[in-house]
Amino acid sequence: MSFIPRHARILFGTALLAGAPSPVALAVQTPQELQQMRDELRALRSDYETRIRALEERLQRAEQADAPPPQVESPPPTASTREPSASAFNPRISLILDGGYADYRLDDRAPVVPGFLLGDETGLREEGLSIGETELAIEANVDHSFHAWTTLAFSPDEGEVGVEEAYIDTLNLPAGLAVKFGRFFSDIGYQNHQHAHAWEFADAPLVYRTMLGTQFGDDGVQLRWVAPTDTFLELGTELLRGDAFPAGGEGRNGIKAVTAFAHVGGDAGPSGAWRLGVSHLRADANRRPSGDEDQGTLVTFDGKSDLTILDGVYKWSPNGNATVRNAVIQGEYFFRREHGDLVSDPQGAADASRYRGDQQGFYLQGVYQFRPRWRVGLRYDRLFADNQVANAVADTPLALLGDDGGDDPQRWSLMADFSNSEFSRFRLQFNLDDSRPGHDEDHQVFLQYIFSLGPHPAHQF
Amino acid sequence: MKRIITTLVCLVAALASNNASAALRVFACEAEWGALARELGGDDLQVYVATSALQDVHQIQPRPSLIAQWRQADLAICTGADLEIGWLPALASKGANPKIAPGAPGFFEASRAVSMLEVPTRLDRADGDVHPFGNPHIQTDPRNIARVAAALTARLVELDVARAPAYRARHAAFEQKWTAAIAGWEARAAPLAGVAVISAHQSWAYLYAWLGLREVAALESRPGIPPSGAHLAQVLATLDKQPAKIVVYAAYQDRRPVAWMQQRTNIASAQLPFSPGGADGTDDLVGLFDVTITRLLDALAGKSS
Repeated sequence: MSFIPRHARILFGTALLAGAPSPVALAVQTPQELQQMRDELRALRSDYETRIRALEERLQRAEQADAPPPQVESPPPTASTREPSASAFNPRISLILDGGYADYRLDDRAPVVPGFLLGDETGLREEGLSIGETELAIEANVDHSFHAWTTLAFSPDEGEVGVEEAYIDTLNLPAGLAVKFGRFFSDIGYQNHQHAHAWEFADAPLVYRTMLGTQFGDDGVQLRWVAPTDTFLELGTELLRGDAFPAGGEGRNGIKAVTAFAHVGGDAGPSGAWRLGVSHLRADANRRPSGDEDQGTLVTFDGKSDLTILDGVYKWSPNGNATVRNAVIQGEYFFRREHGDLVSDPQGAADASRYRGDQQGFYLQGVYQFRPRWRVGLRYDRLFADNQVANAVADTPLALLGDDGGDDPQRWSLMADFSNSEFSRFRLQFNLDDSRPGHDEDHQVFLQYIFSLGPHPAHQF
Repeated sequence: MKRIITTLVCLVAALASNNASAALRVFACEAEWGALARELGGDDLQVYVATSALQDVHQIQPRPSLIAQWRQADLAICTGADLEIGWLPALASKGANPKIAPGAPGFFEASRAVSMLEVPTRLDRADGDVHPFGNPHIQTDPRNIARVAAALTARLVELDVARAPAYRARHAAFEQKWTAAIAGWEARAAPLAGVAVISAHQSWAYLYAWLGLREVAALESRPGIPPSGAHLAQVLATLDKQPAKIVVYAAYQDRRPVAWMQQRTNIASAQLPFSPGGADGTDDLVGLFDVTITRLLDALAGKSS
């Protein structure tokens, strides 16, 4: 009855009553007449019900006609009529927030790895609750020929801003050539060019920490060429200032670090993809400092450092669909030769020695996403050093560098992470770190968050 | 090193000049544009399809094989509208091919040829992985395919004038075939008008607008965020008030949330190909819509796929 207005109902009710015989007349009727009257009433009632139903339907149709028609073909804003505005020319800006909690079993966290001279920024994460580096990335096409990218890293300590990357790259060189210049992360190895927030673990592999100062970036120019082949082939070389470890020190005239790299890659069936790389870094060091002057562990190195890296990565996902399940296996092998002269404690006792370092190491890691958003990973790190220090003065860093027998550092890392979306990630990691002198095993726990604000982050291979 | 590079560059230049009269190489970001390019280009185009119907196009990585193909292509055909935002910029940067760089004549963005639906009025990541230019899954409406076909033909003619008559002729034939096919699909799909459905991901705005299906809920609480148990329970509650007949999901999407829903209701599911290759018999565009309509009608009759 809901479609019938109230006054109409009253009207029909009155009509029904009017149609019925009056109760006074009922008393004088015979049973046959009564039955006849009942039948008439039933007929009347059903007649009115039919009419009411017809009226309801008419009303319903009228109401539908009043309603606006469903908007199927109305022209919404189209892609071709997107309104341009001046702000569309603004560079894309994204901000990466990183931080968390770290806990160490050992109190001594001085960055020392037996058999290796370390560069800057090779310390461990701050213990307790802390934020890491806050990273601001700004990028845009400059004009039809150039694109620019800058990454500023804000250190959690007061007032320190570092220019992590600031480079220009070309957009329209012919024949698969591309040039990049400015400050950038080198394309040697596999993980080196990835920003820390894109790493699969909270900390860098030991080979990166010990032989590349965690990540190798420098000022210079890169030339890259992609071959016109169905199997991916890329060759490149970088000419660098040589400020960053394993180069570094004084007198940066000329080209003090040179790299060359080659990458090949392709698909392995519909579910797999791979890339292999070989790269080389030759660096000139001129009084390159390692250790800490205040603690009397400062050592400077004069000489050449040659590093060769073999890297490989294999990614798997069912039919190439990484959304639900996927796996990544990656590993890199580093070989390094350093030869030259060392000076320990140059401001004090100043012990000098010839030095020939022969160092190797690798890491192998696997990360598996077992359900959307959840991943687990395992990593093994190993280093080997065979150094010849001609004048290994006892109780100095020279002795520590020379005494590398049986002290091969290693580390196991286990991690699990959860990504709420592509823009946020929480990670829990546990390390069994046996990379300290004297096999003093450290247990390390990291709880890390990584948030990225701004435009969609680029996926990486 | 330098000598090697110079030698290789000369070699490539020689190869490139030999190939001048060969077929244009097409890099199709999605299978539907690969299929359309084959319809319009025939043997005049050498088509490489970068992604498959079994992959989530939002989630592609710039793999080495894609970089190698990007490097060699003369024309890239992509949906655009930020669908490939996660991987196309990286691919263009690594692939070093100015011919098909976004903005160049060799870069064709299909979404520019159609009217976009679901253009958001507010942009906030709290709403999930929203697309600022509207829902990019335009290929689910065959009338959009026709619009893209016309625009793509114009682009092919522009890039490869020598074969212009062939492109135009193939387009005319395609248009005729397509118009007839659309009429056929619309006739078959008549019972679907007004039917209430649930979607796994909001991928089907164009299909629903075409066939008059009504989306009452999505299994994803927000675009790009995998469904949580709590949200699925909410969808279940919505179903009590607004009963739906079919739960629609794409071949590449996780079936588990759909199965969860089916255990608790007697709703039928329709696994739609979404792109050519997403089901048997969908290698071309006609098959794509044949199977889509069939599976929807099957689901309406209670037969899940």
